[in-house]
Amino acid sequence: MRDSKPPSVEHVVQMRHIYKSFGTVQALSDVHFELRRGEILSLLGENGSGKTTLMNTLAGIYFPDAGEIIVNGNPVAICKPKDAFDLKIGMVHQHFKLVDVFSATENIVLGLPGGRTINRRALSKHVQEIAEQYGFEIDPDKKIYDMSVSEKQTVEIIKALYRGADILILDEPTAVLTPQETDKLFDIMRAMKKNNKSIILITHKLNEVLAVSDRVTVLRKGEYIDTVITKDATIQSLTDMMVGRPVSLAIDRPAAEEIKPILSIEALTALNPDGARALDDVTFKAYGGEILGVAGISGSGQRELCEAIAGLYPVIGGAILYRNEVNGQEVDENLVGLNPNEIVRKGVALAFVPEDRLGMGLVPSLDMVDNIMLKSYRKNKGIFVDRKSPRQIAERLVEELMIVTPDVFTPVRKLSGGNVQKVLVGREIDAAPHLLMVAYPVRGLDINSSHTIYHLLNQQKMKGVAVIFVGEDLDVLMEISDRLLVMSDGRVTGIVDPRVTSKQDIGLLMLGQSRHQEKGADAV
Amino acid sequence: MNVLNIIINWLNAAVLAGAPLLLATSGEILTEKSGNLNLGVEGQMYMGAIAGLAGAWFAEQWFGVGGMIPLLAAVLFAFIMGCISGLIYAVLTVTLRANQNVTGLTLAIFGTGFGKFFGEVLGHKAHGYVAVGAETKAVFGNISVGKLAELPVVGTLFFKYNWMVYFALIIAFVMGWFLNRTRKGLSLRAVGESPGTADSAGINVTRYKYIATVVGGGLCGLGGMYMAMVNQKGIWVTECVSGYGWLAIVLVIFSTWSPLRAIYSSIIFGGLTVMYMRVPIPGLPRAIYMMFPFIATIIVLIITSIRQSKEHAQPASTGLNYYREER
Repeated sequence: MRDSKPPSVEHVVQMRHIYKSFGTVQALSDVHFELRRGEILSLLGENGSGKTTLMNTLAGIYFPDAGEIIVNGNPVAICKPKDAFDLKIGMVHQHFKLVDVFSATENIVLGLPGGRTINRRALSKHVQEIAEQYGFEIDPDKKIYDMSVSEKQTVEIIKALYRGADILILDEPTAVLTPQETDKLFDIMRAMKKNNKSIILITHKLNEVLAVSDRVTVLRKGEYIDTVITKDATIQSLTDMMVGRPVSLAIDRPAAEEIKPILSIEALTALNPDGARALDDVTFKAYGGEILGVAGISGSGQRELCEAIAGLYPVIGGAILYRNEVNGQEVDENLVGLNPNEIVRKGVALAFVPEDRLGMGLVPSLDMVDNIMLKSYRKNKGIFVDRKSPRQIAERLVEELMIVTPDVFTPVRKLSGGNVQKVLVGREIDAAPHLLMVAYPVRGLDINSSHTIYHLLNQQKMKGVAVIFVGEDLDVLMEISDRLLVMSDGRVTGIVDPRVTSKQDIGLLMLGQSRHQEKGADAV
Repeated sequence: MNVLNIIINWLNAAVLAGAPLLLATSGEILTEKSGNLNLGVEGQMYMGAIAGLAGAWFAEQWFGVGGMIPLLAAVLFAFIMGCISGLIYAVLTVTLRANQNVTGLTLAIFGTGFGKFFGEVLGHKAHGYVAVGAETKAVFGNISVGKLAELPVVGTLFFKYNWMVYFALIIAFVMGWFLNRTRKGLSLRAVGESPGTADSAGINVTRYKYIATVVGGGLCGLGGMYMAMVNQKGIWVTECVSGYGWLAIVLVIFSTWSPLRAIYSSIIFGGLTVMYMRVPIPGLPRAIYMMFPFIATIIVLIITSIRQSKEHAQPASTGLNYYREER
């Protein structure tokens, strides 16, 4: 039954002429794909280019409308997930397929044949053995809901290996990992490759493609573009293939004409539910006409800071002074104690993209128009709401931000992640704020969409808006920010000028090694 | 000693009244563990009640004997009718993906009407009212477990019930073991928690949902049969199920989706429903007594919504239909 070709160019998977449509949307059209034994192949493409859809057809989640799949030389029909892992294909989905209330072991053995009853101790031991073989760290009896995202991912990978997967598909595995966790994952991938397993890495992060893969297959808008050897590729060449035209990778940092103070935070302190200090004596200023970047290891108080300013997080001490125009006079108003609605009306906007990328700011089952209306309906007079102007705003956003959606009446949950984020950020900007806070706006976005968002932020800055940009990618923060505030454990450990500060220094600040603030560029 | 006697007799009556609740609660737990929120328990119990009674009555007519044969017919008919009611629900929600709440409520109304209609039809056939013979009545009566039943206190508390009480207890224990200790039980729970996960693990989601809902319906049917054959002693009473189906749905929440905890919660609620007969409080009108289970229901719902626990909560996808290719 086995293929008799020489092992050097043995294809474990070949997909030919794959078509798949959802309603009127053509997700895949005439796509080709080949995977060799013992290689790491990157599947590269922008958001919505069909990478995940293609792999879902290989994993039995979707059934292609047309096309041929050949596994180990035999044409196969993969109708359901079970067919896929009978062919030793395992997929780690971006949104983990784990049962929260089960332990790691229970999730791993789920659905497998075996004795009628479950011997949890013996199974846990077996799971532990597999984990040790590949260098995973895992507590087999820990419940999923107690786990961090990287632990959950480990469980997913072990689950695939436990099922004897020879072909492992990883869908954007690094989107939720810290740099250290990413390095560890890559080591494990290399170890699996040595074990003659074939790995498909779905990603849009080019540095990862270059770091770990042997070959790269590029998709664009549901179509197959090309497959290249990673050694021969560069970030620029891959970007051009992915986007379809030459793209500038540089991020602008235009200088605004006028810089005026807008926000002044003084000794702001807040407690988390456990009583520890989520924000500890935070002091800084934000100016109209500049982007203030906020860097820090995730969970260092960034979220609490944004929410405190927006009136969503209780504050126990300090002041949030906001420069506002009242009767033609400029006055500093303290926002502490005001309710979120009053703060929004004063011109403060917050666009927060949480880890799961939905669930804050947008109602998934409502369409774009309704989601925009959530912000604007209070301005309507009388008992009826005005649907016309939100609809116009929605249509304008679709056009300006190139949001891919059938129409503005499609529930936002049906849009791809990048488009959802464009809706969120676009809506906040449309409120014409004086102070715009964006947290993780490019989380999970491909390079082209990210640049659209950066461009939007720069536009706002040039209009005189004070922009606070909480980000996770330090390189981006250093390129776009006028000043960079570094947080560690709820404290401000430094406010630096990213033009003259090294990445290493900022890294030290992120780890909590404070330095004198006046040494930075706080004076502007 | 009078107070002790009252309490012991009350507990005995509580267990008797709790048994049909336990059957229906176990059935609904099984159904909800597959992610199907079936609100039609009341109707399913009615369908089981009339099918069981009709089975026993016709068996008496055809075979001309009372006792075991009508008993088996009652059990078989009630269970099958319950299964059919579960099947209706499964076809509508799993295959046709109809809204679960609406389907369940409709089933409750349909089943109640079904039971009452055929109760009348049967009464017509029997020229007056339907009643099974004394012999059949006796096999649904309390059995005495030999000398054990004569023991003071212990005898009354443990060994003086009809066979269906012990049967309901066994069902609850077996289901607890099944859900927590077997691979199939693990798979079923996965289906209810996260059908997408179960599907990608190679579990046949549709099959699990069907089987759990159908068997769960069968158990509800048996609970209804208990109401007709034991509580009403084999006589058709139009209001025989009288809200027990709704109580069972509450008990599922009260027992936090555990068949083992359903045992004591059904006894507590059984006790509340019979309190008016067993615990006389001078001057308290019967109408107030009758409210006790429903007041308790409201309190339970408030308490359980305050208490937050991931483990002891409704299966995460209960009430949602599953479609693999949904985007």
